[in-house]
Amino acid sequence: MTTITAPATAPLADSGHRLRWVLNDILTVTWRNLVALTRTPEAMFFSTLQPIMFVLLFAYVFGGAISIPHLKYIDFLIPGIFVQTVSFGSVSTAVGLSEDLQKGLIERFRALPMARSAVLAGRTTADLSRNIFVVALMTGVGYAVGFRIGTNIGLFLCGILLVLLYSYALGWGFATVGLSASNAETAQVMVFPIIFPFTFASSAFVPVASMPGWLQAFAKNQPVTQVVNAARSLMVGGPTHNTKAVWLSLAWTLGLLVVLAPIAVRKYRRVA
Amino acid sequence: MSNSSSFAVEAHDLVKVFPRGNVRALDGVSLHVEEGTILGLLGPNGAGKTTAVRILSTILGPDSGRASILGHDVVKEAETVRRIIGLAGQYAAVDENLTGRENIRMVGRLSHMSWKASGVRATELLENFGLTDAGDRVLKTYSGGMRRRLDLAAALVARPPVLFLDEPTTGLDPQSRQDLWGVIENLVAGGTTVLLTTQYLEEADRLARNIVVVDHGRVIAEGTPAELKANLGTSVVSITLSDDGMAQKAAGLVASLSDNAPLVDRNIVELTVENGPMVGAEVLRALDAAQVPIAGLALREPSLDDVFLSLTGHKSEAETAAERAARIGKGSKHRGEADADGRDAA
Repeated sequence: MTTITAPATAPLADSGHRLRWVLNDILTVTWRNLVALTRTPEAMFFSTLQPIMFVLLFAYVFGGAISIPHLKYIDFLIPGIFVQTVSFGSVSTAVGLSEDLQKGLIERFRALPMARSAVLAGRTTADLSRNIFVVALMTGVGYAVGFRIGTNIGLFLCGILLVLLYSYALGWGFATVGLSASNAETAQVMVFPIIFPFTFASSAFVPVASMPGWLQAFAKNQPVTQVVNAARSLMVGGPTHNTKAVWLSLAWTLGLLVVLAPIAVRKYRRVA
Repeated sequence: MSNSSSFAVEAHDLVKVFPRGNVRALDGVSLHVEEGTILGLLGPNGAGKTTAVRILSTILGPDSGRASILGHDVVKEAETVRRIIGLAGQYAAVDENLTGRENIRMVGRLSHMSWKASGVRATELLENFGLTDAGDRVLKTYSGGMRRRLDLAAALVARPPVLFLDEPTTGLDPQSRQDLWGVIENLVAGGTTVLLTTQYLEEADRLARNIVVVDHGRVIAEGTPAELKANLGTSVVSITLSDDGMAQKAAGLVASLSDNAPLVDRNIVELTVENGPMVGAEVLRALDAAQVPIAGLALREPSLDDVFLSLTGHKSEAETAAERAARIGKGSKHRGEADADGRDAA
């Protein structure tokens, strides 16, 4: 309804002006979410501790039992950990939106003359910023436990960019989950059954070839595997080189974004 | 009155049905708020007050009917409406993790004020609301009263000419409530139009020029506080008995002395009548004759509570004499329910 009436209230000459305000609104909501993040340092601390523990768990506990031909396991592992970390991190998108809804903040936003899309875009952008920080941290942790870039820094950064883009697309999906949950606790437990099978039945931690046939069929054809393979190809290269995965993962990521974002926006318009 | 431009807020025949549970939250509500005045929207929980406010503040679309704010349709011109209204909700919609200043600033930025202007406005509002010292503290450390004041401050950032306050003082202690009332009165003195929902009759009585009483999504009464009270007779005879049982008995004995059914609240029986002193004397005689000892007798002006009970406490209005007699005979259980309804409403 707003899209239909918008041209009527805003003269055509105003469209540039309008876009500026949409960006302003997104930035304001992003700022607000990031400030809120700094006010709960303990939550930030523990949510970064978790991926570190995953690195240590797989590098030192399970890793010895997993052998990858022509590759150190830690080099195989770290790109997978990046993807796992940002996927688990998207819980905060669902929980954050659910809290805003529950506490009546979204109610206030809806009565303000702001762009309706800004609440969602501001949340996913803030979570993207958070993921940038976490991925940087994980790179350091990876280096500490022996991970080395096998390609070059440019390709490595392209890999990081791909992982972040994927996390951003995923965030829109979890935004819908957050808006559907009756409260933040429910949002949190709703997210994991979705993330778990995709993250673990993928090439993130073990080669897909080691899985039973029926599971391979799933693992080979789902986005996490494609994104992990692409990240590995860009960061480690060598035996993991896989140009096809890079294109496929990009297609998956953009596809997810194109499908999930409108669903989230529609859900946002409906919840009241 | 035919000229609609003197009304800042107009609603005609608003209907809203929530499909879940098939609740008719609003069943044809019309109301008008004159510019520069306070309208009190009064009703018990679930009466439809909040739904009305959400429609008027563009959060929710009506199923039918129309509404406008300063002449702008809330559906067709929602964006314009959002620029001229402020909303403070009963759930204190503020961000717990931000400071008071940051909260106000955020709303300022989202109302498209510059970063600098929103900062200046934040300082000003914090000062007006006695929150200067707390301005840079995270909201988690605020008391309930401080939070409500901040919520109201946030609603005022863009200096909206029309303000919606959804139960602004629910859950506040008496002092905080008084403070907030003062703030609201100042706003109206400055020309702001306010639509205020409340469960507290005292609040509507003190603040509102006009009152609309809603129940089950319908307007059941409207007028000035004085008009609403005038519908109820001129005085209330309040009789205090030794216990609840005695009150039931006394209510039966004095029921015939008034056209309005007696209202029983625990051990107090109240009767709304035209001639207080004369009925008071008759009450004394009737109870004395039946050997019902009384602990106290008082005459007072009817409060809006009385109006409200007589309007929404359907049992006391609509029941037949036989039903009443049966209920009174049964003792306090049924009464307790009626009482609870009235109490929640009040």
